[in-house]
Amino acid sequence: MSGVLFQLFVYLCAAVIAVPLAKRLGLGSVLGYLIAGIVIGPVFHIVGSETEQLQHFAELGVVMMLFLVGLELKPQLLWQMRARLLGLGGLQVLATAGGIAAIAVLLLDHWRTAVATGLLLALSSTAIVLQTLSEKGLMKTDGGRAGFAVLLFQDIAVIPMLALIPLLAVPEIIEVAQHAAGAAVEAASTGVAAATGAAATPGAAVEAAATGIAATTGAAGAAAAAEAASHGAESGHAAGLSLVARLSGWRYALVVLGAVAFVVLGGHFLSRPLFRFIAASHLRESFTAAALLLVVGIALLMTLVDLSPALGTFLAGVVLADSEFRHELESDIEPFKGLLLGLFFITVGAGIDFAVLFGELLTVLVLTLGVMAIKGLVLFGLGRLFRLRAADHWLFALSLAQAGEFGFVLLAFSTQNAVIPPELGKLLSLVVALSMLLTPVLFIGYDRLVLPRLRSGADQPPDRIDEQGSVIIAGVGRFGQVVNRLLIAAGVKTVVLDHEAGIVERMRQIGIRSYFGDASRPDLLQAAGIEQASAFVVAIDDRDRAVELVAYLKREYPRLFIVVRAFDVDNLYLLRTAGADATVREVFEGSLDAAAATLRGLGHHPFAVEKLKRAFRRHDEDTLDELHALWDRDLELAKNRALLERVRARTAAELEITARDRSRLHDRTERGWTPPPKGYRTTRED
Amino acid sequence: MSADPASQSFAGQEPRRILVLFAHPSLDRSEANAPMVAAARDLEAVTYVDLYAEYPAFEIDIDREQQLLLEHDVICFQHPLYWYSTPAMLKEWQDLVLEHGFAYGSKGTALQGKLFFSATTAGGAESAYSARGENHFTIRELLHPLEQTAQLCGMIYLPPFALFGARTAVDDGRIAAHVADWVRLLTALRDRRLDIARALPRPRLNDNLESLLTAAAASEEER
Ligand SMILES: Cc1cc2nc3c(=O)[nH]c(=O)nc-3n(C[C@H](O)[C@H](O)[C@H](O)COP(=O)(O)O)c2cc1C
Repeated sequence: MSGVLFQLFVYLCAAVIAVPLAKRLGLGSVLGYLIAGIVIGPVFHIVGSETEQLQHFAELGVVMMLFLVGLELKPQLLWQMRARLLGLGGLQVLATAGGIAAIAVLLLDHWRTAVATGLLLALSSTAIVLQTLSEKGLMKTDGGRAGFAVLLFQDIAVIPMLALIPLLAVPEIIEVAQHAAGAAVEAASTGVAAATGAAATPGAAVEAAATGIAATTGAAGAAAAAEAASHGAESGHAAGLSLVARLSGWRYALVVLGAVAFVVLGGHFLSRPLFRFIAASHLRESFTAAALLLVVGIALLMTLVDLSPALGTFLAGVVLADSEFRHELESDIEPFKGLLLGLFFITVGAGIDFAVLFGELLTVLVLTLGVMAIKGLVLFGLGRLFRLRAADHWLFALSLAQAGEFGFVLLAFSTQNAVIPPELGKLLSLVVALSMLLTPVLFIGYDRLVLPRLRSGADQPPDRIDEQGSVIIAGVGRFGQVVNRLLIAAGVKTVVLDHEAGIVERMRQIGIRSYFGDASRPDLLQAAGIEQASAFVVAIDDRDRAVELVAYLKREYPRLFIVVRAFDVDNLYLLRTAGADATVREVFEGSLDAAAATLRGLGHHPFAVEKLKRAFRRHDEDTLDELHALWDRDLELAKNRALLERVRARTAAELEITARDRSRLHDRTERGWTPPPKGYRTTRED
Repeated sequence: MSADPASQSFAGQEPRRILVLFAHPSLDRSEANAPMVAAARDLEAVTYVDLYAEYPAFEIDIDREQQLLLEHDVICFQHPLYWYSTPAMLKEWQDLVLEHGFAYGSKGTALQGKLFFSATTAGGAESAYSARGENHFTIRELLHPLEQTAQLCGMIYLPPFALFGARTAVDDGRIAAHVADWVRLLTALRDRRLDIARALPRPRLNDNLESLLTAAAASEEER
C-alpha cells in the first residue's frame, strides 16, 4: 500500500510542480508533463519498471479525451467532415507510410520490416495534439479541424494495421523468435522459469508457453505465439482478455458490428432514462460515477472485441452529443481525463531509455528529425492540396509531424509478430518518444515564429468565424424561457442550462435545446462553451447564487456581457455591485403593463396612458440610480434613514406626475407635442 | 429674418461643428445610406446621431437633443426619402425637439444662423423629379416643409444633397462617387470651403459640387 501511495505521491508531485512551471514558461502543459516524466524516470530513477503498466492505465486518459471530443461533435458535423476524414486522413497515412517505408527499405534488411516501420510512424499523437490544440484554443480553427480529421482517420486505421502486421512476419526474425520460444518451452517444461518467461514477454508469453507444443512445430507456431502475445499488448490493461481471439473472420465481423451497434443504440435509447433517473437523485457523485462507468464500460467492451477503446468511446460521445446531459458529462469526465492524460505523458517521458539514447544519440536524433521532416512535408503538401490558408496550413503541418502513442502499440505488436527485430524496436521506440517530446517545441515555434510573420502580412484574410459568439442562459424557468425564445428568434445561438432535470426534459419536449447542470459550477460553464460566449443571462431563481455567479463571471470573464434578472431593489444593487452589465427587475414591466391596462379600462386615452407610463418609468429609473448612492449593502433597508427619506420623496414626486394639473401643460408627461401658446408671435425679440 | 453668421460666437476660421441626425429604420438592408454613414461617421468635428438606435421606442430625449443642437453649427438630416418626406422618426424629432421658446417664438433663438440641409436618398430616378416627370416636383420642392421649418427657426437652408435611383446605385456602380461627394461636402462645410452664397439657390448641393468648393476657408459670403 505504502508503495502505491509513494508512487502516486511522486507522480502527483511531478504534475503539480512541473506543469504550472512549464505553463509559466510558455511551454504548455504537455511538455511540462513530459519533462516531469523524464525527471522522475530516467534522470533520478524515482520510478521505474511500473511505468509501463501505468501507461496502459493512463491510456484511459486518451480514451476519455476522445469521448469528450465525440461529445463536441454532433453526428451531422462528423458527416460534414467525411471528405476530409477520408481524403486528408487517408492520403496522409498512405503517403507518410509509403515515404518512410521507401527510405527504410534502403536502410533495413527487409521490405516487410520497412512497411511496418512506415505504418507505425505514419500515426501521430492524438493525445498530445488534441490536448495542445484545445489548450491553445485552436480546435475551432480550420487547421485544427483538419488535424482532428487526420487523427480520427489514424485511430480508425489502427484496426486494419493490426490485422496487416502479422502477415508481414519476416522469416529471419522468426528464427530468432523461435529460439526464444523454444527456450521458453524448455523453461516451462522444467516448471521453474515460467514466471521469468512471463516477465520477458509481458502477458501472453505464458499463453505461448502453454501452447508450447505448437511453438516447437516451427514458424507457424511462433507466429501463433506472437499473435497470442499481441492480444495481450494490444488490449493493454485487459491483460489478454479477448472474446474474439479464436473466432473466424465473419463471426468476428458480426461480433464487432454487434458491439458497435450496442454502443450506438444503447447510447441513444438507454442512456437518457438512466441518466435522468440518476440526476433525479440529486447526488453529484453518483452522476460522476455513472459517467465514468459509461466510459470505462465502453472501453472494456471494445477491448473485449479487439477494437480501439478510444474509437468506441468517441462513437459513444458522438451519440451523446445531442443529449441534454452532454455538458454535465463533459464536466464530470474532464478532470479525470486531465489527470490521466497527464499521467500518460509522464509515463512517456519516464519511459525514455536514456542508456540506448546516449548510446546511439546521433542515430536517434537523425532518425527523429528525418521522420518529422517527412511527416511535415507530406502534411504540408496535403494542406496545399486541400487549400488550407497560410496560418492553418502551418498549424496543420507542424502539429501532426510527430509519431504517437498508437505507434508504441503497433511497435510492440510488430516486435512480437517478428516483423521488427528487437534492437530496431528499441531504437524506434526512442524515435517515437523523442518526436512526441519535440512536438510542444514545434507548437512554440508556430506561436513565436510563424504566427507573427503571418499576422504582419496585410493580405491575410480575417479568420472565418463559423461559430457566432453565443449566449449562455442560466435558468430556464418562465423568465429564462422567454429570454431564450426571443434570442433564438433573432438568430442568436443560445446554450440553456438548468439544474432541474425535469424542466430540461420539458423544454426538450417543446423543442428547446437545453442542458442539465448547475450553472454555478465553473467546469460546467466551461463545458457549455463560456470561452466562446459573448453574453450571459443569469435567470436562476436563487437570488444569492445569482449574485455570486455574477461576481464570478465578472472576475473570470470580464469581456462577457452579463444580463441579470433582479428580484427586488436590494438584489438589484447587489447585482450591479457584483458587476452585472444590465439588471432587469423581473416584475417591473409586467406591473407597469397591468397598471396601464387598468387605466385604459378606466377610459383613459391609450396614448396618454403610454406617455404616463414612459414618464413614470424614466422617473423610476432616475431615482433608482440616485438611491444606489445612498444604499448600503450591510444596512437593512428599513434602517437606512437617508435612503428611506429619499424613497419618501420619490413617492411624493410620483404623486406629482400623476396628479396632472391640466392647466399647466409643461409637466413631465405633457412635455412633448406642446402646441405654441395661443396667439404667439413668429418674430423674435432680439 | 436675419441670417447673420457674425452673431455666432466663433471666428471665421474656426471649423464648423456638424450634427448629422441620421434616421433609417432598417439599416441592415440599406445600400445607399449605410456606406454614407460608414464613410462619414468618424470624420473630425462631425457628430452622428443614429436616431433609431438612440430611441428605438421613439422616446426622444428632448433635453439631450436640444443640447446637441446648441453644440453644433450645421444641422443635417440624413435619411432615405419616404413618401416624399422623412421617415417617421425625423418627423417625431421635429415635433418634440423644435419647441416653442427654444426653436421658434419670440424667445426661441437657439438655432439662429445655423446651417441646415437634408441629405436624402430617393428611390425614384432623377428624371422623375421634375415638373414633367412622374413625381411632378423637384426634390427641393418636395422638401419645402423642411425648408420652411428651417426658416421659421432662423436657420440658413441649403439645398438637399440628394441621390436619385438609390435602389440601384450600388448595382450601377454610382455609390462610390456619391459617398465621396458626401465626405467632400461635409469636410468642406467643416473647413468653411463651401461657397454658401452660390449654394443657396441651387436645386441640389451635389449638382456639380466641385463648382461650389473654394480653395481656402477665406470666402465667407453667407452674409
Ligand atoms: C416606406 C417607404 C417609402 C418610400 N417612398 C419613396 C418616395 O416617396 N420616393 C422615392 O423616390 N423613393 C421612396 N422610397 C424608396 C427609398 O427612398 C429607397 O429605398 C431608399 O432611398 C434607399 O436607401 P437605402 O439603401 O439607404 O435604404 C420609399 C421606401 C420606403 C421603404
